[in-house]
Amino acid sequence: MADDELIYGHRMSEWTGMGPIMEEDIAYSSMAQDKIGHALANYSILEKEFQTANPDKLAFFRKENEMMNCQLVELSNHEYDFSLVRHFLFDHADFIRYEMLSTSSFAPLAQLSKKIKGELKYHVLHADTWLTRLGNATDESHVRMQSALNELWNYALGIFEPSDFEAQLIAEKIFDGEKVLQQKWIEKISPIIEKANLKIPTSSSPVYGGRKGYHTDQLQPLLTEMAEVISSEAEGTEW
Amino acid sequence: MSKIPLNTPVLDPRIKRVDLESTYGTTAIGENEHWISWEVFHQKKRGDQHVHVGIVHAPDAQLALLFAKEQFGRRLACVNLWVTKSSDIFSFSYDDEDIFDNATAPEKQYREAAGFKVMEKINRYKKSKQKA
Repeated sequence: MADDELIYGHRMSEWTGMGPIMEEDIAYSSMAQDKIGHALANYSILEKEFQTANPDKLAFFRKENEMMNCQLVELSNHEYDFSLVRHFLFDHADFIRYEMLSTSSFAPLAQLSKKIKGELKYHVLHADTWLTRLGNATDESHVRMQSALNELWNYALGIFEPSDFEAQLIAEKIFDGEKVLQQKWIEKISPIIEKANLKIPTSSSPVYGGRKGYHTDQLQPLLTEMAEVISSEAEGTEW
Repeated sequence: MSKIPLNTPVLDPRIKRVDLESTYGTTAIGENEHWISWEVFHQKKRGDQHVHVGIVHAPDAQLALLFAKEQFGRRLACVNLWVTKSSDIFSFSYDDEDIFDNATAPEKQYREAAGFKVMEKINRYKKSKQKA
């Protein structure tokens, strides 16, 4: 979860100063901040509850094959349609994941879920508004949204790649599991996609691997860029 | 500095790229080729009035609300926003400002709602007492 949010937040932040209109520029920038904030919250939970390295170390000093994010979030931004459709597909899953975690037996995650609910609600609203608007606008916008959806669909299914600890998480009532999440996700997004006059691609072969550290060639450049500043400073430098 | 040719694509997406004639002439901008102005009203807390804070440009009400949230809902406490089309606001003309003159005429000071101001002060004082 933390890696998804970190990498996705970084991708979102790449729209800062580049958004098609000022308000969207601001929207992506502020949502990017939210995502990085959620990543930080999760890394902090890891540090506090499981004595891992600190959040900076986890975020900036791990190798590509140690990153557990799904491949969907690491793909480079193309045009705005691509980013909007990814935003729609990822944020619905993120929203439902946290909703499910609000009753988790693991208290820190249940608390975090309640804390960030409003932010996620807005991310989803933002995505839905654009998807339905552009799906129904002009021929060009419709075709662009549909082809972005086709391109991203299998990657989106990769969000739900189960980890090795799946059975344990379910048994200990920490999380109901990726299967349940995926089912809820499909139920939630299908009517919205229909309302946007778009079609869910019929073929579905999930792109798995991300959760095990296998990534596309688009992740390493991001990691390098993200760690550029911190690597140029002496260890322990504080800002 | 060289002049920018007229047929340079307009990058501002609020304006649909209408093909401008290469000579100076008038180009009609059709419906939906220009985003609408929306007036934004911001509410700080439940029960407060919505206060006008500015405008946004958007093609429809839903996007106007999103843009308003980005522009006006992030820096101030906010529980709610309204948007309404600027064209739905009706107003007097400033040429007719004189029709309001007698509201403040010196000989009609008795009409001024000064009492309300005093009440505001009294209430504020009472409130501060309660807190202390």
